[in-house]
Amino acid sequence: MNPIRKMNKGPNKKAHTGSTSTMTFLSTIKAAALSAAMIVSVALPAAHADEQYFPLQSYRVGPYAAGGTGFFGGFIDYLNLINIRDGGVNGVKLTWDECETQYEVERGVECYERQKSHAGAAAWNPLSVGIAYAMIDRITADKVPLITVNHGRTDSTDGRVFPYVFPLLLNPYSETSGIVNYIASKEGGIDKLKGKKIVVLYHGSPYGKETIPIYDLLAQKYGFTVQQIEVPHPGNEQQSQWLTIRRAKPDFVVLRGWGVMNPVALKTAVKVGYPVDHIVGNVWSNSEEDVIPAGDAAKGYTAITTQASGNSYPVVQEIVKTVYGAGKGNLEDKSRIGSVYHNLGIVNGILNVEAIRVAQEKFGHRTLTGDEVRWGFEHLKLDPAKVEALGAKDLFHSINVSWDNHEGEGYVTFQQWDGKKWNVVSDWIAPDWALLRPIIEKSAEAYAAEKGIKLRTADDANAVTTN
Amino acid sequence: MTAISSDFSSVPVLPKWIVPVLLLAFAYGVVPLIGSSYLFEAILLPFLALSLAGVGLNILTGYAGQVSLGSAAFMAAGAFAAYNFNLRVEGLPLIGSIFLAGIVAAAIGIVFGLPSLRLKGFYLAVSTLAAQFFVQWALTKFSWFSNNSASGVIDAPRLSISGYALDGAIGRYLFALTIVTVLTFLAYRLVTSQTGRNFIAIRDNETAARIIGIPVLKTKLLAFAISSFIIGVAGVIWAFAYLRTVEPDGFDLDRSFQILFIIIIGGLASIRGAFFGAALIVVFPLGLSRLGGFLLGDLFDSGVLDMSQRIVLGALIILFLILEPDGLVALWDRIRRRLLFAWQST
Repeated sequence: MNPIRKMNKGPNKKAHTGSTSTMTFLSTIKAAALSAAMIVSVALPAAHADEQYFPLQSYRVGPYAAGGTGFFGGFIDYLNLINIRDGGVNGVKLTWDECETQYEVERGVECYERQKSHAGAAAWNPLSVGIAYAMIDRITADKVPLITVNHGRTDSTDGRVFPYVFPLLLNPYSETSGIVNYIASKEGGIDKLKGKKIVVLYHGSPYGKETIPIYDLLAQKYGFTVQQIEVPHPGNEQQSQWLTIRRAKPDFVVLRGWGVMNPVALKTAVKVGYPVDHIVGNVWSNSEEDVIPAGDAAKGYTAITTQASGNSYPVVQEIVKTVYGAGKGNLEDKSRIGSVYHNLGIVNGILNVEAIRVAQEKFGHRTLTGDEVRWGFEHLKLDPAKVEALGAKDLFHSINVSWDNHEGEGYVTFQQWDGKKWNVVSDWIAPDWALLRPIIEKSAEAYAAEKGIKLRTADDANAVTTN
Repeated sequence: MTAISSDFSSVPVLPKWIVPVLLLAFAYGVVPLIGSSYLFEAILLPFLALSLAGVGLNILTGYAGQVSLGSAAFMAAGAFAAYNFNLRVEGLPLIGSIFLAGIVAAAIGIVFGLPSLRLKGFYLAVSTLAAQFFVQWALTKFSWFSNNSASGVIDAPRLSISGYALDGAIGRYLFALTIVTVLTFLAYRLVTSQTGRNFIAIRDNETAARIIGIPVLKTKLLAFAISSFIIGVAGVIWAFAYLRTVEPDGFDLDRSFQILFIIIIGGLASIRGAFFGAALIVVFPLGLSRLGGFLLGDLFDSGVLDMSQRIVLGALIILFLILEPDGLVALWDRIRRRLLFAWQST
């Protein structure tokens, strides 16, 4: 804490020119300022050579702790694997610290301000739509990437407008398109969707409503009818919604749920006699935590995912052997290794680490700036062969990020719950990116106009701040 | 509700205005020079916004005796109203949108204040819950409020006053500080005026107040309107200067409770109490969390640390309330009097 004391002495000393009474007053103020500064700046910058730092705004407390512990557990487990097995990325050690957000926006902002002073930050991964929104202006000014894997603001896919935001693998529109394509494949082809009826049961929140226009658009395009029914937050009472569904007799129900709403939906579906195997869950209704509380009612339920669950994949096995073997595993409950959120954390770790690797090839094997890591993400291309080499074959498919496409064309797959575990029941399915791109661009351009942002070009993307 | 607080008791040594003026001089003159961005973004901006909300609620609950659990709803109304005025009314200056947003919040406050004519105490608190749920529901339900944004989360506009941009941390801090100073000063003038005394009369004995000719209906609604106006402007600061996004989820019941706790812990019927309470509720947990992270961060994960901080904070709040049920302000005054006494007798 000594450097901080010194820092604060400067300006205060200058003020020490008044009479004695002001001096006593000022020294009181100084003492107050000092003690404030001591609280404010504990553990601050120590620029170590060859360390790359991950500020983790995690949530292990509060209503969403199940997702937070799984995701951040997987992320940290993968970072540990890289450190223990490879000694870091090309010798650059990975470091991190955690700041608890409880999934609350203002806590996330506080964590951002707290952690950003740490040198060598690679990327932010808050796993929260609200926190991500509040960070967009801040990370753009500070030039450090913001990763919102599988969620986030759909139009941040457009790298021309959002240079530092990466909704990797899957944005909400792609998810919608993937689900509709899956239903089409169950029905025997995209043309068989004509005349079918789909009900979307969505959580009554900004997150739940985000895909309403895109379901309407796809319904119009493919000729099915869609009925979208809201479940008010938190969703622990859904009798009337499911009675409406029973009357509507839809061919499929898409569950766009969150937290307690998911098991309640499955139980109520069974109660009103709707077949569970015709319910398709979205990417926030696809975890063990969503189905286990529903008990037998969840058997046969299918949900979309970008990363398969299970612990049979080589990379997960290595984590079990190397990280948990060394007693450094992050999950307290080892039975959660290979669960949906844990594997999402691992995949997120792979994407972050590989982006650093890409950027290191260009800028050198050293601590990178945030802008260099951004360049790495914009050149993050993992084809299925590369994914296999990373030990993640079938864990996720591939990614192909470019300077203007920050989602990276992630493929989705579908998994069915058999009462004990998830089983993959489909091939890797591609969302209809070409259809979605113009809508995304339009929305991003409107945002750019509103905020007075100049559209970025490929040349701008290649201009990198290297300290 | 306690008796009139020590705002009116005077300490013989200094004139009453000197401490606030010195504090303001420090906040304007010194803090922007020495503060780090963390100090502004994570501590001072939420502190200012919640202090102002506390001042607003204190007028209603502390002075006029009407318990409200709808504060977060009025903050949300203010934030969304300011956003929409700013978006939809061409050429309206920022200060204009903020003022109109306060008016909208005041109007909503009057509507939800109507039950106070019949209900008292806990029953009124429950009926103000209606405001809390209704406003949040309406903002989520009707996407017009968020300019049809797909996710319902909207970005705050850039802050600028007559062409001078206030986007930096210091700019936003000064912006918030100025609004808080002006409104706090007005609130202070109000509670020491005849209207303020009418509020206190209604709080202490409604029947007696009616008998001496205070228009109870009008006064109660005025308290709701003024309180909601201030809380609405606090919502604008919260959304525009602090978080820079506006989303209904951020203004949930927890926020209402937080503001209520601020004035209970800080001291009911005291303008300073709101600031003391906000300091304890906003700043103290941060200090605790940083201290915990610094000392024990390597031993435990952030979840365990957070839980222990809650226990410490909860225990401290209970301790404070036992030691001084009239709030931190009373505690502070007692300590100050003792010190002064000790100083004078030496």
